[in-house]
Amino acid sequence: MPSLTSADWSAVRLTLELAAVSTAILLLVGTPIAWWLARTGSRWKGVVGAVVALPLVLPPTVIGFYLLVAMGPDGLLGRLTAALGLGLLPFSFAGLVVGSVIYSLPFVVQPLANAFEAIGRRPLEVAATLRAGPVDTFFTVVLPLARPGFVTATILGFAHTVGEFGVVLMIGGNIPDKTRVVSVAIYDHVEALEYAQAHWLAGGMLAFSFVVLLVLYGRRRGNAGAGVG
Amino acid sequence: MTDDPLAGASTAATAATGAAQGSPPPAASIEARFAVDYAGFRLDVDLRLPGRGVTALFGHSGSGKTTLLRCVAGLESAARGRLVVNGECWQDDARGILVPTHRRALGYVFQEASLFPHLSVRRNLEFGLRRIAAAARRVQLEQAVALLGIEALLERMPERLSGGERQRVGMARALLTSPRILLMDEPLAALDHKRKQEILPYLERLHDELDIPVLYVSHSPDEVVRLADHVVMLGGGKVMAAGELHATMARLDLPTAFTEDAGVVVDGTVAAHDDHDHLTRLDFAGGAVWVQRQPVALGRRLRFRIHARDVSLADHRVEGTSILNLIEVTVTEVVGADSPAHVLVGLDAGGTALIARITRRSSAQLALRPGRRMWAQIKSVALLG
Repeated sequence: MPSLTSADWSAVRLTLELAAVSTAILLLVGTPIAWWLARTGSRWKGVVGAVVALPLVLPPTVIGFYLLVAMGPDGLLGRLTAALGLGLLPFSFAGLVVGSVIYSLPFVVQPLANAFEAIGRRPLEVAATLRAGPVDTFFTVVLPLARPGFVTATILGFAHTVGEFGVVLMIGGNIPDKTRVVSVAIYDHVEALEYAQAHWLAGGMLAFSFVVLLVLYGRRRGNAGAGVG
Repeated sequence: MTDDPLAGASTAATAATGAAQGSPPPAASIEARFAVDYAGFRLDVDLRLPGRGVTALFGHSGSGKTTLLRCVAGLESAARGRLVVNGECWQDDARGILVPTHRRALGYVFQEASLFPHLSVRRNLEFGLRRIAAAARRVQLEQAVALLGIEALLERMPERLSGGERQRVGMARALLTSPRILLMDEPLAALDHKRKQEILPYLERLHDELDIPVLYVSHSPDEVVRLADHVVMLGGGKVMAAGELHATMARLDLPTAFTEDAGVVVDGTVAAHDDHDHLTRLDFAGGAVWVQRQPVALGRRLRFRIHARDVSLADHRVEGTSILNLIEVTVTEVVGADSPAHVLVGLDAGGTALIARITRRSSAQLALRPGRRMWAQIKSVALLG
């Protein structure tokens, strides 16, 4: 029974790289957005919240299509990257990262915003009366109290990026070692009727996703007793 | 309204202690002028409070007392006004000054201790302590820990503390920032009677041992009369009365909400014990009362409260009565009470103000008017620890 080829392993490695880089960027970008969403009384809150949640309901092909256009030579993003000497993003690893960040944004922002909201105003007020400025408070009070939210956001952001297909296909194509991730590789194997190899990859994905969710839900149950204190 | 001479004496005593410790000049005061508008609620106050001792912000829920405290702390972003605490300006909208909360040298004790759940008791205590300059630390960790009796709790996590323990840790944590003013928002409200009794002595120690002015929010008259030197009565976002505790409690012109529980606060000195009858005599300016034997040394001061409803009046010294405490008084004032059937009678017992709540009919029959000499019969005296 044939196992994974080196091309398959390359796809696995690329997928993990993409997920790791995207998750790191997602946490950096998602934290301030989530903080703003959790704290603001602005009338733009609804609009920003809806925009962040769009990838939850849009077909990935729609996101991919608009990204392709935006990152192309005539798109806003494309002109910007070209002017900066970065070249064009479609069909590159960097392009996949941009796509993944947008595609997985709600999976990171929503758990973080929920965690920040659950903290409430009080610990922030207490910290202020104990002479901690806003930045100090964020790192010494908010981050530790929101830790479960960060763990959930990291796991979901990573797993969701690993499971991405449509956006990748639209903006990344299928370039071995550059943009061919596991989900695309499976599609290729099936197209070529290489079911055995498709099984290996698909089974791997299934096991990975199950373990991730098991960890996530098992953790939630374990935490339920601890409460918020 | 005559001032209670005992109150004057106690203020002088505090001032003397303050001077001995090289504390701020007598001009120390808190000026607070605030206006806050919320839907359905408006706080509008202009206060000048003493910069020492315990000032109670007293009123029913919705009276604006917590909002006022939060304004002083800088936690109400909608508050407009001016705030000067012992010479330091923390807010002055006219001059565009607004010091953020974390730059104000204040300590805040919240209603539910609000300890950081991710930090041990020790790390909670150190949170504020670490954030002030070493030179500015006037309260040491050991000192605060001993004062509040939390030595045994230092390595515990907050979730493993009782409500009373949490509140004591919250107080120690606030003290450790060496505040120039301590703000306490009903620190006992979330506790049951037993826990309250457990904490009150610590609060009294704070009062006696530390020279930090305290603003103490409470809706409980018992706490106010036990702990406060000054009182601000709030109602509907406005100041109803403010002043020295004894004088303010003896006022007869307070709104109805306060008169149903009208009564005076007196500081007495333990003058004698009668071991045979198990009684203790407390002397005060103009009189004395016998109370149940107290395990307290002679010469100690005890604060007590005489409710207006526990005082009746007679035009001569009644013989053959079971009432132990009879005091000769002069009527100073007769005003309407909370019910149309009653009046409140202001009395002067040779320097100490008393209030009697009697029926309108009795008042007419006795022909009560200012200047009339009467005998006050005190049915019961409530000791305040």
